[in-house]
Amino acid sequence: MSDAWWTVVLVGSATIAIKGAGPLLMGGKPLPPRIGRVIGLLAPALLAALVAISTFGGERALVLDERALGVAGAAVAIALKAPPLVVVVVAAMVTALARAL
Amino acid sequence: MDEPGSLSFAHGARKVAPFSIAVLGFGMSFGVLARPTMGPIAPIVMSATTFAGSAQFAAASILGAGGTLAAAVVAAVLLNARYAPIGLSVAPSLSGPWWSRFLRAQLVVDETWALSADGRGGHDPKIIVGAGVVLYAAWVAGTALGVLFGDLIGDPARLGLDAAFPALFLALLMPNLVRSRSRVAAILGAAIALALTPIAPAGVPIVAAGLACLIGWRRR
Repeated sequence: MSDAWWTVVLVGSATIAIKGAGPLLMGGKPLPPRIGRVIGLLAPALLAALVAISTFGGERALVLDERALGVAGAAVAIALKAPPLVVVVVAAMVTALARAL
Repeated sequence: MDEPGSLSFAHGARKVAPFSIAVLGFGMSFGVLARPTMGPIAPIVMSATTFAGSAQFAAASILGAGGTLAAAVVAAVLLNARYAPIGLSVAPSLSGPWWSRFLRAQLVVDETWALSADGRGGHDPKIIVGAGVVLYAAWVAGTALGVLFGDLIGDPARLGLDAAFPALFLALLMPNLVRSRSRVAAILGAAIALALTPIAPAGVPIVAAGLACLIGWRRR
């Protein structure tokens, strides 16, 4: 089995278990405040890391290329409250245009 | 059958309509971007089983960058770790047999979780199902269209679709930056990731960046 299929199986079963655990066990009790605070910060930390890496990441190197322009365009679209689809189109169009020039 | 004060499934479906159009496009870009690395079938199966956009993008981008299987899986699972407390927060609103609670929990994603909130700490289960089914269909159909469409448009980089990854992550990040501590975690996570990118294998910097959330351990 390829890495891609292992990823599908492992991520899929882990996600199904994670999503289902709370409602299945029906504990109904809130998390201890300290754990809740830690988990609540996971999304901003990881998503910011993904923005940084997918904008500036290369093969074991940081690179500045047309992607940065596309992401800057996306940031403007987000600031203007554009829907996600428009944000993606802006990012792709700006990047493609910069590459073509 | 109707729970008191509960809105209808159709209401949930209508509420999620603007999101589902975006999610269709999001799914298409996942299909386009995942196909060169994962082949034609695996991305569709992943969308049908995992149903969590950012984690799927993370796993596909790590594999695409030559990262290890472990790094891809750990990063995706860390990204989905938020669904543990989200699941707990929805649990009191989901009644019925265990399999029904478990299945409906799979339809909880950021958008359906936010849309189903009743403002009093509870969640309308019919909104979760109505909105969730529409969003799920859009996500899987979008992925399938992206996989098929990918053949026609060729190299995603030529069309600037590689910039779609950071753009979508940015769009997903913004609603998470309301609190000042979240902004600190985001800056710290990005800094850790960038610092480790030149010296660590692909995927590891993302996993290490997750440790930034430990700043939440301190009281305030």
